[in-house]
Amino acid sequence: MPTIRVSADGDAALETRDVHVHYGDAEAIKGITMEIPRNRVVALIGPSGCGKSTLLRCFNRMNDLVPIAKVTGEVLFRGENLYADHVDPVEVRRRIGMVFQKPNPFPKSIYDNVAFGPRLYGRPSDLDDIVERALQQAALWDEVKDRLGHSALGLSGGQQQRLCIARALAVTPEVLLMDEPASALDPIATAKIEELIQQLVEHYTIVIVTHNMQQAARVSHYTAYLYIGELIEYDVTDTIFTAPNEKHTEDYVTGRFG
Amino acid sequence: MRELLLRMASKAEEQVRDALGAVKRRDAQAAQHSIERDHEIDELELEIEERAINLLARRQPMATDLRTLVSTLKISNDLERVGDHAVNIAQCAKRLAEALPVPDVGDLDSMADVSTEMLREAIAAFIQRDAELAREVCRRDDQVDRYNDSVFRVMLAEMARNPGAIVAALQMMLVARNLERIADLATNLAEDVIYIVEARTVKHHAEDASYREAEGEFDQ
Repeated sequence: MPTIRVSADGDAALETRDVHVHYGDAEAIKGITMEIPRNRVVALIGPSGCGKSTLLRCFNRMNDLVPIAKVTGEVLFRGENLYADHVDPVEVRRRIGMVFQKPNPFPKSIYDNVAFGPRLYGRPSDLDDIVERALQQAALWDEVKDRLGHSALGLSGGQQQRLCIARALAVTPEVLLMDEPASALDPIATAKIEELIQQLVEHYTIVIVTHNMQQAARVSHYTAYLYIGELIEYDVTDTIFTAPNEKHTEDYVTGRFG
Repeated sequence: MRELLLRMASKAEEQVRDALGAVKRRDAQAAQHSIERDHEIDELELEIEERAINLLARRQPMATDLRTLVSTLKISNDLERVGDHAVNIAQCAKRLAEALPVPDVGDLDSMADVSTEMLREAIAAFIQRDAELAREVCRRDDQVDRYNDSVFRVMLAEMARNPGAIVAALQMMLVARNLERIADLATNLAEDVIYIVEARTVKHHAEDASYREAEGEFDQ
């Protein structure tokens, strides 16, 4: 199974080793080994049901919240297996944050949404700075700085999504996992999210699941193509979209199926 | 798109054939017909370009589709130039119709055969997606360059020996030069086929050298 060697491009932020995921008897991920290079955007693409979201959730133990899900194999973060007994999944999810398809702001003020995470970890004296920095990084500050006390639910869809990103950033993660972050947004909001991703990757490692191939082509450095739980091809994005090695990948990216 | 390109290729081949026939027979009328038909090739190029841009905008082709589309644009451009060279040859035919004949055309016939064959094979390689056939076309380009050199030398000698033959000999040299350019374009086409099939860019290094050489010789 072709896998890029990350040693050619800096160290790996995350690494999976023969990861399998079963939902009850059904095997959703069939032994995937791959590395996510640091400070790069990796896109996971593939037809519906191929397991890309399931794989994404392996990276920060979100599958723990699915009762019938069983994960085997290793997911290494900073050389440590995230699924080892002594590892605290909550801490995992702080360091490896997640943004979902449907923006899910809390029914609180904009400020309180972003401050929620930091407050859980104590009462930092510089909370205002933390909130501002997170909103700046999420390219939302200018739009909301004069109404931080307003309800987050009053924001547009695109703004809510950026608020969710700010919320994830407020607890200083190293990796951001994004599950179809722009699918529920209009084209302009989508473009803003994509632009934001390009800015964020300077400081964070980003893994994005998308069913939109053009989006994967636009934002990612590397693209992994999954099909029915298997990693078919994983390479530099240019290669996947101009001259993929596997016929299966070629058929998918040219729209012959899926 | 493929069909448009094939139509264009077949017209270009025909134009070259007809122009060369007019040269052989010193047929000014046939030459004039050739010249007038060139616009058909130009129109096809415009149509292909327009369709290609639309396809890019609407369908965002990927992988082989993308390489094929980009190469189709390049090939149509090359075929249009083949058409232009055919027109040049036809113009030589017109001038030859009024000039004194040249006794020995040396390797010009062979050169014409090889060049037209290269064009035909490059197009066949495109139709069949045959990278090996495309490579063979590239390999034959050197032979055409050699014929070109030989025609030049023979015609120069003829001009020196027989001043009355100068006009005709010059036309022959021009025909040879246009055939050399057609062979080069066939090589470009072949390289594009290799790109479509193998996603590999192959550059024909001798191309630049022979062009400079041909320019240099003509200035003598």
